[in-house]
Amino acid sequence: MAGARRIANRLELDALRKSLLTSRSRAKTLITICAGTGCLAWGADSLVRGFQKEVKRRGLGEKVEVKGTGCHGFCERGPLVVIRPEMICYVNVRGKDIPEIISETVLKGNVIERLLYAKDPSGRKKIVREDDIPFYKLQKRIIFGSNGQIDPTSIDDYISIGGYGALSKALFEMTPEEIIEAIKRSGLRGRGGGGFPTGVKWDACRKAPGQEKFVICNADEGDPGAYMDRSLLEGNPHSVIEGMTIGSYAIGANQGYVFVRNEYPLAVQNLIIALQQAKEYGLLGEDILDSGFNFDVKPSRGGGAFVCGESSALMASLEGKVGEPRAKYIHTVERGLWDKPSNVNNVETWANIPVILRKGVDWFTGIGTEGSKGTKIFSLVGNIKNTGLVEVPMGTTLRQIVYDIGGGIPNGKVFKAVQTGGPSGGCIPDHLLDSPVDFDRLAEVGSMMGSGGMIVMDEDTCMVDVARYFISFLQEESCGKCTPCREGLLQMGEILTNICEGKGRRGDIELLEELSIVMKDVSLCALGGTAPNPVLSTLRYFRDEYEAHIEDKRCPAGICKALITYSIEATMCNGCHACFSVCPSGAIAGEKKKPHLIDGEKCIKCGACREACNFQAVIVS
Amino acid sequence: MPVDLEAVHGIVEKHGYMESSLIAILQDMQSTFNYLPQKALREVSKSMNIPLSRIYAIATFYKTFSLRPRGRHAIHVCLGTACHVRGGQRILEYLERKLGVKSGGTTEDLTFTLERVNCLGACAMGPMVVVDQKYMGKVKLDKIDSILKPYK
Repeated sequence: MAGARRIANRLELDALRKSLLTSRSRAKTLITICAGTGCLAWGADSLVRGFQKEVKRRGLGEKVEVKGTGCHGFCERGPLVVIRPEMICYVNVRGKDIPEIISETVLKGNVIERLLYAKDPSGRKKIVREDDIPFYKLQKRIIFGSNGQIDPTSIDDYISIGGYGALSKALFEMTPEEIIEAIKRSGLRGRGGGGFPTGVKWDACRKAPGQEKFVICNADEGDPGAYMDRSLLEGNPHSVIEGMTIGSYAIGANQGYVFVRNEYPLAVQNLIIALQQAKEYGLLGEDILDSGFNFDVKPSRGGGAFVCGESSALMASLEGKVGEPRAKYIHTVERGLWDKPSNVNNVETWANIPVILRKGVDWFTGIGTEGSKGTKIFSLVGNIKNTGLVEVPMGTTLRQIVYDIGGGIPNGKVFKAVQTGGPSGGCIPDHLLDSPVDFDRLAEVGSMMGSGGMIVMDEDTCMVDVARYFISFLQEESCGKCTPCREGLLQMGEILTNICEGKGRRGDIELLEELSIVMKDVSLCALGGTAPNPVLSTLRYFRDEYEAHIEDKRCPAGICKALITYSIEATMCNGCHACFSVCPSGAIAGEKKKPHLIDGEKCIKCGACREACNFQAVIVS
Repeated sequence: MPVDLEAVHGIVEKHGYMESSLIAILQDMQSTFNYLPQKALREVSKSMNIPLSRIYAIATFYKTFSLRPRGRHAIHVCLGTACHVRGGQRILEYLERKLGVKSGGTTEDLTFTLERVNCLGACAMGPMVVVDQKYMGKVKLDKIDSILKPYK
């Protein structure tokens, strides 16, 4: 690693990149271990240390490099280890596998079958190369792909793959107007959910009167089930910083902020390290690369309020105030942070900027659909075989994502819906799975792109319960400033809870629809305005489930506690006593090796017995 | 427990008495004291010349902050959508019964604080429970007792 030193100009940056590339090509094998939050939870940090120790012990330091990288995306099979340049991908790697990987794969070039990804459940068809695994093969990872190659805490790694090259191009080959024009022509739309054309926003902010302007990165990724921004900031923070620097040069700002969720400790840490390094290298600060342009970025940790993902609430929070949104007739680009023109973009949007400038607008517009260009990263989670982060061209269908990349629904269950757009989005049913994913098409089917959460639900999911889940989430997160959101969510929550508890009445559905219209029309910000979406979309596609709850007092999915009973099917029960041991309320009786019984009076319907039973003998009806 | 006002001054000074850093100041105080003691808030108000009501508004708005002492160990049950559809709610309910506190509560002996969180972004491992900084994935009800054991 080159020591901390300032890069004085453009030529020095190019020279550094060249010297990094030559010095690195000598190291033959590169072992990359995914060290994103997901794999860390599987024990990836001890794996990184283990590999480093083993390489050192065998004196292979000259030949082999070990690197903990950002998230590779295939979280389901973590910890992931990829051996480059052969791209051999090992899944579910444990510490005890390390010596074998070094002696067999690294030294002899043999592949260890046991650690490969198996294509079919029988485990016979193994796949060696990472890019041949269907999960990766069908993706187009233009933004997210670098995560697996670089150590996020090393600015040299980023520079060696071309990092800060787009900034240098922007500063020396383009005028601010030309950059804005390029971003406009690229058709890039905001990845945070709104889908507003990025170039248009920049243009408005550049033209807004005022000397002092700000650029802000919204990294307050709060949608439950969405974590692509976290993985980008964790795994490739410099790409976001480079994007922001280009943006600020185009807009005419000299100060930037990254507003990051405090629940993402690793993202905060890697961001702070990256900012420090960029400053040491002179890629942030005064007179960047001898261009005369000054720019600095400050990190700011959120206080744990979902509403702060809304731009005006975010700025209030940056000012050290309570995060309440304000009315939208005041445009952020004219009067934002401290009433100065401000430009807020989301993490993924910023990360797109260097890629567009480096590879060209025409290349970028060749990807995607008419109205939505480029790719989008989704977090594919829930009842899905291959949980993880996937980056696909806009226009890929939901079916391709769920089945071809995601591998479909586990445990032989049937697909019911996919929820996109977080709490502001909606549930999309089976018959619309061939819809292409782009901003406009998702809105047409009653959902939205949102930041990119994609939660797959199987037949055991109750759609009324899902609607209630989102409404109660939003009820808790509503800042309480405007009445329609505060009171509307409260009322909706009560109605939905009643329905789930079997106390639903005729007319409840209509009441929910009426409330939804009012909230959509008159809420102050997008949180309230889009809050009814989960209810409206489940009503649109799963109205029969609402009716079953209200009319027949029945929960078809067997989820709503008040409407179900647990019993044991005597013919299936072999009396293993497992349910007896876990039951917290002593509701299960029976001798070992004889069928057991559940006492309905004592049963609290916690579901522990069903989870413990290995013979599917616990029945919900 | 007496409140170390020196520590409060240190934090305020570190942030240069900037009103815009109020949230960061309170965050640092929260991690120093494990809650926001009233005495400390009054001291912040006095030394920064900000009305206590404004500080209180922030301390009660953001979820990071707690006005009451939290337990020595924080148990976070993830109820993000992915964990929800994989049965996270059952795990929270089990813990509520087990510890005798509701979500958001602290056990009487100040050992545990039980909280729900909305997505930690480790959805592949859902349902997730995090004790202090240790992430535990694919949690089943019959594993919870052994998860808690080392912390008692």
